[in-house]
Amino acid sequence: MTAKVKLEKKSIGLTFQDLVLKLSHFWVKQGCILQQPYDVEVGAGTMHPETFLRVLGPQPYRVAYVQPSRRPADGRYGENPNRLYKHTQFQVILKPSPLDVQDVYLQSLAAIGIVLKEHDIRFEEDNWESPTLGAWGIGWQILLDGQEITQFTYFQQSGGIDLDPISVELTYGLERICAFLQDVESVYDMQWSADTKYGDIRLAEEQQFSEYSFNRSDSIAIRAEFESHEKQARELVKGFAEAKGKERERYPILPAYDHCLKCSHLFNLMDARGVISTTERAALMARVRTVACQTAAAYLEQIGGPALRREVRG
Amino acid sequence: MSPAKQKVLEKKLDKKVEVLLEVGSEEIPAGMLPKAEEELRANLQKLLAAENLSDGVTVETFSAPRRLVAWLRGVREEQADVVNEVTGPPKSVAYDAVGKPTRAALSFAEKQGLPLADIYTVKTPKGEYLAAKQLKRGRTAEQILQEILPRVIHDLTWPRSMTWTGIDGARFIRPIRWIVAVANGKPLKFSFAGVSASDTTIGHRFIGKGPLRVKDFADYEKKLAANGVIVRPSRRQEKIAKELATYSKRAGYRVHEDAELLKLVTYLNECPSVLEGDFDPAFLSLPDEILITVMRGHQKYFAVEKRSGEVAPHFLAVINLPKDLKGLIRAGHERVLRARLKDAQFFWETDQKCRLADYLPKLERVTYESRLGSYGDKVERVRAIARWLTEQWFSSGILQAHVAEADRAAELCKCDLATEMVREFTELQGIVGGLYARAQGEPDDVADAIYDHYRPVGLEDPIPRNLTGCAVALADKLDSIVGCFAVGLVPTGSSDPYALRRAALGIVKIILERKLPVSLSLAIGAAAKALHANPPRKGVTAAQETQVLEFLLDRAKFVLREREKFGYDEVNAVFRVGAEDLVDAHKRLVALKAIRKSKNFEPLAVSFKRIRNILEKANLKKEEAHAIQPDLFESPAERDLFSAVRTAAAKVQAEKRAGRYQEALEAIAGLRKAVDDFFEQVMVMAENEAVRKNRLALLSEILREFTTIADFSELGGEERR
Repeated sequence: MTAKVKLEKKSIGLTFQDLVLKLSHFWVKQGCILQQPYDVEVGAGTMHPETFLRVLGPQPYRVAYVQPSRRPADGRYGENPNRLYKHTQFQVILKPSPLDVQDVYLQSLAAIGIVLKEHDIRFEEDNWESPTLGAWGIGWQILLDGQEITQFTYFQQSGGIDLDPISVELTYGLERICAFLQDVESVYDMQWSADTKYGDIRLAEEQQFSEYSFNRSDSIAIRAEFESHEKQARELVKGFAEAKGKERERYPILPAYDHCLKCSHLFNLMDARGVISTTERAALMARVRTVACQTAAAYLEQIGGPALRREVRG
Repeated sequence: MSPAKQKVLEKKLDKKVEVLLEVGSEEIPAGMLPKAEEELRANLQKLLAAENLSDGVTVETFSAPRRLVAWLRGVREEQADVVNEVTGPPKSVAYDAVGKPTRAALSFAEKQGLPLADIYTVKTPKGEYLAAKQLKRGRTAEQILQEILPRVIHDLTWPRSMTWTGIDGARFIRPIRWIVAVANGKPLKFSFAGVSASDTTIGHRFIGKGPLRVKDFADYEKKLAANGVIVRPSRRQEKIAKELATYSKRAGYRVHEDAELLKLVTYLNECPSVLEGDFDPAFLSLPDEILITVMRGHQKYFAVEKRSGEVAPHFLAVINLPKDLKGLIRAGHERVLRARLKDAQFFWETDQKCRLADYLPKLERVTYESRLGSYGDKVERVRAIARWLTEQWFSSGILQAHVAEADRAAELCKCDLATEMVREFTELQGIVGGLYARAQGEPDDVADAIYDHYRPVGLEDPIPRNLTGCAVALADKLDSIVGCFAVGLVPTGSSDPYALRRAALGIVKIILERKLPVSLSLAIGAAAKALHANPPRKGVTAAQETQVLEFLLDRAKFVLREREKFGYDEVNAVFRVGAEDLVDAHKRLVALKAIRKSKNFEPLAVSFKRIRNILEKANLKKEEAHAIQPDLFESPAERDLFSAVRTAAAKVQAEKRAGRYQEALEAIAGLRKAVDDFFEQVMVMAENEAVRKNRLALLSEILREFTTIADFSELGGEERR
């Protein structure tokens, strides 16, 4: 029996890149735009403007993308088999949430080779909240034979704004899923492609960024950058209030949001370096949240015009 | 105009309706289902009662992750018809002098929709009035159910609800995807949250086959069972328990008892079955507490124990399928557990690369409460209080009280909060610290004290094993309560975020069970002093200290009533004369409870109540209450009472001093005859003021001398809350 099991696992062992391809293909068929990862450091796929901003307002939208997510405090110098400075999320937004969204999600698991009846798959309560984004939602973590593989969230608020319609966010933890499918103990042993391991590509990055964020980052410089980005975000948002007509239509709200993202990442860097006291921690998070919420409000105001009139996509 | 009389016309043919309601939802959090079942039942009963339909109705409710189910039997098919008598204008206004109807009469008839001929008069105390009969036809159960079932669903309350159809849409715990509502085989027509009710349900997510049409509850239960769903939680729980027992029997192991986990997995699965798995015995080098927590906390596995009580390298998972077809599920769970145990082992090793005390600086960065500083600050206060307590105990003759050990345990007790292990498994706080302390060679007493210092966490939880642990536990809890009260965080109603009630309960339990000499007000004072002497140097007002004392005494009363089963009045009688020293108060309670059974005591207690009433009315001045003049006594009964009181008082004081409360109370009970005779033969409120005041002074002395153990006038009264 053991031999048989092994054999079957081999046959479903997708490479990391095939996993990305299969999920992309599946969600494109569901009518998603296939977006690219955001090019500013983020801690989660939710922070990508394609999620944080697109879920605002009435415009239906479907999007999927891979998002490398940096969490400096989670770095383990490449020594822990499961914890990473930077892990990879596959993010899907379905706006509004379809009636059969759970079934569609389960079909996506089938699409990556998981035979549903042969596994114990369950939806266990796990509500999601991001205090720095003023965002929260209700949902589950999906467990596959006891392993968390996806966060499934009905977004209720983003940037402090009540959402209408409600979007569903699916966040697949690609490393976990892939290690599961390949039945390897360490993410570094996964096959990225047929002949290259995950570790071959990513180990040095994990080592160096862990070393950097725990021991060598210049926290004084980082703090100054934080202040600067926060200031730029605030001023941009402030300027929007006075902008009129054409100037208002092309007013740089999106760049203001980039500055928020910078703040969030810089905050994470300071946190990993251990230079934030507990009281200051809450205060800094509140500052990031404030600019994020202001940006969201400005964005919503700005799209109030043309975005609404666009055709609804399936 | 109002219905003056109502007559219910019972129908002869009273057919009954059976109703099935199922709310089909995306997975509802397991922990919320038991309460939701309860609420669903209560809502149904309430709304049926409002429609006069609840008589003889049985409502049962069930749930599983994807469904909330109600089964109603014996609902009457129709409401009874009701005849209401409506009164109109007075007859004198409705008819003129010649008996012709006026406008008032005509408009009343018109309003009632009846010909004038159907209008009649009724006699009332205010005179004769016009009246009319209105028949209100009872509605059918079907009509009423269609109206109330959506409300029943809507009225369910959840800790945190959501919208999914848009901001103005329905709110529920998770999206509702189908509704089954069938009355006597017929689908009911209503909709909620955009979902129309029907007679079609859905089985198990993976092993159910297609939509299932159902006629009634029996049919529903049967069809669901055939499609992978056991509707009744009790049956699911039985199945799990049975499979766990079968395993134990076969494998010769014992399943680690965990009623809470059993309940959780019952509500987490629609089709539960138990799956065995193994882990590498090399992990058994980790302490059992950690192994069990890893298995239980994240993975919801039952741990397995050898006969000797040690953890065995196996686990039992409950899966939501009848079986593990290809062994993949077992392999998956084993793999996940392996990774978790590896993590735990990694934490165990890295945490101990430095010593527990090395975590102290990190505690400076962990906030306890913004105004009460960090855990580093708290540790300093806990140390000071623990030292004070052990010094007190030592000087009162408890020779095992060890100041240095209590100080050390207090110093290290919060260190584990900064470890990776506790960050990952918060429920292991204290325990991890104790395990590390032991592994690092701290004295056993110190390690056990750290391990136990959060205890007791409830009425049934044991107190710390050793005296040092009791000192640290008391100090930690006292600091929490005094600190929080000082900054205004007083528990109100259901809000008690710092679990201060539990802390107070712990203090009471430790003092009582360990019989520790602790003056509550002095201990509160010591905690207040520690709060003021250490950063962030918060002051505590005298009023706040009193408030804390009352809070503790209130919890103490609760413990003595609920756990020790003393009567309400007994606890009040003893506490009324002071309960600063809880152990002493407890001794007095035991004596009081024992003496109450003797025949003299209850009547004497009644006399004491009488004495208190007399004195309260008389309002004697303080110096008068003390001035007994034996030569003013007039009758033998008062002389006898006086001498009996003096004799008894001497004995009571001696016995009390020796801690023999029962003997003291017996001496008091011996006064009964003298007191009875006094009240029979002597009129206290004599005309002569001097005589009267002298008698009152005698009664004052009785109250003063004999209510130092308990205030008997509290006894036998109504339960006061």
